[in-house]
Amino acid sequence: MSKFTDKSGRPIVAVTGIGVVTSLGLGKEDNWKALSSGQSGIRAITRFPTAHLRTRISGMVDFLASSDQGPTPLTRELAELSAREAIGQAGIAESDFGGPLFLAAPPVETEWKARFELAYAASSATGSPYQRMLAAARARSRPDLFAKAMFATVADGLADRFGIRGLPITLSTACASGATAIQMGTEAIRRGEADRALAIGADGSATAEALIRFSLLSALSTQNDNPQKASKPFSKDRDGFVLAEGSGALVLESLESATARGAEVLGIIAGCGEKADDFHRTRSKPDASPAIATVSAALADAGLSATQIGYVNAHGTSTPENDKMEHLALSSVFGDALKSIPVSSNKSMIGHTLSAAGAIEAAISLLTMREGFVPPTINYDIPDPAIDIDVVPNAGRSADVATVLSNSFGFGGQNACLVMAREPN
Amino acid sequence: MNKHDAVITGIGIVSCLGVGNDVHRAALAAGPRQPVIDSTRFAPYTVHPLPEIDWNEQIPKRGDQRQMETWQRIGTYTAGLALDDAGIKGDEALCASMDMIVAAGGGERDEAADSLIIEAAEASNDRETLLNEKLGTELRPTLFLAQLSNLLAGNISIVHKVTGSSRTFMGEEGAGISAIETAVARIRTGQSTHALVGGAYNAEHPDMLLAFELGGFLHRGAWRDVWSRDGAEGGGIITGSGGAFLVIESREHASARGAPIHAVLGPVQSGRARRAQGDFPASLATMAEAAGDADLVMSATSGVPDIARMEAGTLSGKVLRGTSNLTGTMKEAQFPFAIALAALAVNGGKAVAPFSESEAKSSGPVEKALVTTIGMIGGEGMVLVGKA
Repeated sequence: MSKFTDKSGRPIVAVTGIGVVTSLGLGKEDNWKALSSGQSGIRAITRFPTAHLRTRISGMVDFLASSDQGPTPLTRELAELSAREAIGQAGIAESDFGGPLFLAAPPVETEWKARFELAYAASSATGSPYQRMLAAARARSRPDLFAKAMFATVADGLADRFGIRGLPITLSTACASGATAIQMGTEAIRRGEADRALAIGADGSATAEALIRFSLLSALSTQNDNPQKASKPFSKDRDGFVLAEGSGALVLESLESATARGAEVLGIIAGCGEKADDFHRTRSKPDASPAIATVSAALADAGLSATQIGYVNAHGTSTPENDKMEHLALSSVFGDALKSIPVSSNKSMIGHTLSAAGAIEAAISLLTMREGFVPPTINYDIPDPAIDIDVVPNAGRSADVATVLSNSFGFGGQNACLVMAREPN
Repeated sequence: MNKHDAVITGIGIVSCLGVGNDVHRAALAAGPRQPVIDSTRFAPYTVHPLPEIDWNEQIPKRGDQRQMETWQRIGTYTAGLALDDAGIKGDEALCASMDMIVAAGGGERDEAADSLIIEAAEASNDRETLLNEKLGTELRPTLFLAQLSNLLAGNISIVHKVTGSSRTFMGEEGAGISAIETAVARIRTGQSTHALVGGAYNAEHPDMLLAFELGGFLHRGAWRDVWSRDGAEGGGIITGSGGAFLVIESREHASARGAPIHAVLGPVQSGRARRAQGDFPASLATMAEAAGDADLVMSATSGVPDIARMEAGTLSGKVLRGTSNLTGTMKEAQFPFAIALAALAVNGGKAVAPFSESEAKSSGPVEKALVTTIGMIGGEGMVLVGKA
């Protein structure tokens, strides 16, 4: 074991750049200021009409040039902005990153606006709506719409923009995607394939249809009247998550490479864990065993015991089921020690950024350690008595945090956890 | 021979040719045949249709079947075949510790609901509001999950209890390349002992065709050899329904449980050449050389004429087989599917007959096959599949 390898003899993976965009703002400085002071980025939806919708609030990112251009351009811009911030902080040439890209991004589809345009393109068109759309595409190919419907488009654009090495990977593990991207970057460095990797989680897919789909699954909060109070993880009256957009990016780098080039080490990715759930498409196993296994695997991978964790950045979606299950998992792994560990949910302020959440929350976790300050769980007015934990209610607080566990759980039985540390070893 | 070699111990394969290894092994030896196609349902487009499948064989619960659209069913079914073939199916411990990487696109939208909305919206002067109203009433709550990319993996976990890990890669052909590459790299470095990797595609849905045709990529008119779609109507691609899943293990893990080995995978070569700049054929040649010398090339070329021509030119002198000649293009599943065919070929011990009239005869059994997938837009991958 050298100073550059961990207890298992693997290269230690450092973070040398962090970037964040959420509804709270562009860049980690603005985000941190808002998150540490307990501000909410949740607002009434203005991007599209909300008539007939059960949920009319979200944490959309509405201040970017592509905010009204549809999911693919917005996801691309979100990813690019956080990546630029991270690469800039790492002190790496922006056009020559020279490592692989792991991008967590939402699945894409041809938008309704485009479907209407195609279907009505020729007034004389006959046949079914799909036949008409195909005929319009056949008559005149549409590279613009084609690119938007290709899943590789965002990553390909980023690869060219930043000088990514090799074939970029676009991945989805639903709401755990951002954490999986970081895990994959960490694994690539541990395999010795790369000295550095760019891990991004980005999601600009808050369309009306996305909102309706989650509504039909009863996953969303319908507390429309006071948007900023709607996301209330671990509260008794929580009623669902708030759909949101954003991105988080980390420059991951072997500690040896970071040290050699004199880069500032912002934190360490100490361990990653994953375990799939085979219980149900949207519900977790009632005994929380897959989440327990995931947390345990991340701790084991980091070579840490539960008592060595200083703070838990919870998945904390504010759905009745997730928060209950997450509490069960944490109390099973941490036992009595859980009472003395702060556990807070960034989603109380930024909502659920889906594919981006794991990456944004990893970025916030790293800032938490660096700033010595734990952001709160806001809207914690009516505690759920069944969830007896220190959620850092309503106001953040100073704390010396050396290690963080960040949880991500998603539809399709996806579970991924990251353990991050302030210092190597 | 190394204990960390990545070896294939299970193959699950479905295409227009049929279900399972035997029918595909037979097709490898059969020689050029009438393509299995349907040119009427989606005219002017041709597709290679799904064969008749009894889903109950691999997805016993009707409730599970109802929760999946066709591509998820194809994938879950095919994954079950691979697990059966590897002798892992139902082995609780092996499945619970098994890693999984699925290459997936998006699932099928509800054609009826979409059509109804498009018809209703034509005369509307407030389409966005109408959309809210209609989507809220017309969408089936479960459809979202049935078309969500990572839910193929989710269904495999539920039906087959593969739960060691679950990752879904997206991005057309490149997703399949990266899926195999990541699994092989993890096994070769000891990060993983056994993995289920693959993808599935349902060509028989107008929205799937639309995604290609927006870029003008679909071939029209009579079926043509994948190597000679130059000058035909359209963009060269004929899609096919099907999929392939592989069980990939470290040699040590396979030997310890006495599992027969179909074939050995070399390290996957992958890249994303800036095709407009530089010398793309040269970068393909370098990639082929890095993958290793082979008796035969199992190419998953999509049919886009420029790319097929360039690949054939770069690899000239080698015996070429275009999998799309037999089965059509399966997008994300192309690379895993071609690897499955290559593994059956090297394990079969017979010559691989031409898949079309233009392909050259090969002289004898294949010891090593180079599998290639050159993406229609970007992304390239190659791997050497060798005899066990």
